[in-house]
Amino acid sequence: MKKSNSSSAEQLNTNANEDSRGHLQVADKKPRYKKKRMKSQKFREAATGYFFLAPALILLGIFLLYPMGAAFYYSFTDFYILTPNDVSFIGFENFSYILSDAEFRQAFWNTVYFAVIVVPVQLAVALGLALLINKKIRFRVFFRTAFFSPVVMSLVVVSILWTFMYNPNEGLINELLGLFGIPAQPFLNSPDQAMNSIIVMSVWQGAGFQMMIFLAGLQNIPTHLYEAADIDGASKWQKFLNVTLPGLRNIALFIFITITIAAFKLLVQPMIMTQGGPLGTTKSLVYHIYETGFNYRDVGYASAMAVVFTVIVLAVTIIQRMLTREEGGV
Amino acid sequence: MKQTLTQKIILYVTLSIITVIFLFPLIWMLVSSMKNEFQIFRDMTSLKAFLPPLPSEVEGGYFHNYVEAFQRVDLMRYIVNSLIYTIGIIILGLIVNSMAGYALARFKFPLAGFWLGVIIATLIIPPESIFLPLYVLVYDLGWVNTYTGLIVPFIANAFAIFLFRQFFLDFPRELEEAAKIDGCSQIGIFFRIVVPLSKPVFATVAIVLFINHWNDFLWPLVVASDESMRTIQIGLQYFMNDPPIRWGQVMAALTVATIPMLIIFTFLQRYYVQGLTHTGSKN
Repeated sequence: MKKSNSSSAEQLNTNANEDSRGHLQVADKKPRYKKKRMKSQKFREAATGYFFLAPALILLGIFLLYPMGAAFYYSFTDFYILTPNDVSFIGFENFSYILSDAEFRQAFWNTVYFAVIVVPVQLAVALGLALLINKKIRFRVFFRTAFFSPVVMSLVVVSILWTFMYNPNEGLINELLGLFGIPAQPFLNSPDQAMNSIIVMSVWQGAGFQMMIFLAGLQNIPTHLYEAADIDGASKWQKFLNVTLPGLRNIALFIFITITIAAFKLLVQPMIMTQGGPLGTTKSLVYHIYETGFNYRDVGYASAMAVVFTVIVLAVTIIQRMLTREEGGV
Repeated sequence: MKQTLTQKIILYVTLSIITVIFLFPLIWMLVSSMKNEFQIFRDMTSLKAFLPPLPSEVEGGYFHNYVEAFQRVDLMRYIVNSLIYTIGIIILGLIVNSMAGYALARFKFPLAGFWLGVIIATLIIPPESIFLPLYVLVYDLGWVNTYTGLIVPFIANAFAIFLFRQFFLDFPRELEEAAKIDGCSQIGIFFRIVVPLSKPVFATVAIVLFINHWNDFLWPLVVASDESMRTIQIGLQYFMNDPPIRWGQVMAALTVATIPMLIIFTFLQRYYVQGLTHTGSKN
């Protein structure tokens, strides 16, 4: 309020000056006045900008950047939650321990296995679903809603629901398999099947979401490209390869990277369905970090693993960006 | 584009099979939540598993499992906690992030580009990698088992800021200029003119925030360990882990936890998909 008052006073002043002086003089003075006003206006714009931006910046600084730095710092210490006042710097000890930690290694490979299977399968399923219903078919909205429906449930809900479906003794899936004469499977109780069971469920839960994004992408491909291809006598398969796929490239890339990052964050499914078992075959990286930090309270070591985890996620993202960029160049 | 009859049949059979795979677990959950334990296991070997119980079979009404679930655990409390948590983040998040997005879209000030870069860079940080030090921080602040501890760390959201910025970049400047001439202050311009005309982006961000935080697991698990502070996603595990495990009650509790999401998606799905595809194509 104050500012606007003073500026209107200035304005009045200017008018008075202009009135009392000759035209030539006014013309002489005007630019200088403008400059001054522009300067204060600039300052005011900056102040307003920071006023609008500050709350978010402060919050991000305290609750995102600071913890990020803290994780980095803790990773070089023996910070133990129960003795927060007795923290000493131990150099790279935590990091060298990672190399000899069999549990970390297992969790790492479990996570990689999960990602390597889930990412291409989910991408393919999502694209397949989108292509199937991107036509003039009857009940299109019904099918789309059906494929999308698992997305509506949270990972926790889905994990609990599928634990009951996977129940080896009286679960829905074994009962249905029994109808076809297939013997009951152990699913989550077997070291060989547990991770695969989680993978099937994860794809089922997530694919509908990416299908929606693909559908939007398909609708953005200009129809005249297809018409041109028709005139050239292109087959369906050729049209798919030369019009549809290139048209979806950016969206597929976006989905590819988001699914990969999400896959590396695997936590809820094993935590609820298997508690990391049997024999640690479903323990994921984030789960291992969580246990080390909250069950064993070893913040120092857990932070070191969190730093490694962040580096892995960043590396994967960067490698994917580079690979896909090269492809685009060819 | 002519299709032969066989092609058509193959297409619809494929679609139907996929529909069964995608829809039946959900239907099983809904239907089982209305049955008693005996009926759930009896029906599992036939298609009846996906059909609601006959009115003559139901004792104590279709919702007896729901009543029991609410009696056994303080589900209502968990739901209220979840609502406070999500709505708190939505309201404060909309204000803080829209202001930040507006600042980055409209004003010229020193380091503006730098801050935009920082905000976008934070998108890459996996939240999972900072939850331990974040917990230590919230613990030191004395916010463990409080709504403050649940909500405040997640008000500022880089993704939301980015969405708002993209939207405000396309916002017609003329309206703001006109208001400025009328003597409206910048804050006034933003809250009285820009915000009311930006409903779509506010809806999108609100829905994204709702879905993310209604489904949140890790942070509430860590910070709201006290039973009275549990959110619904954490509370659900009780039905699974504490005997006696009643399948009907489990399914009822799962259904209850899904209802708000169902409502959001049924009525507002458009905004959600719009928002995400928008960012998808821009990246």
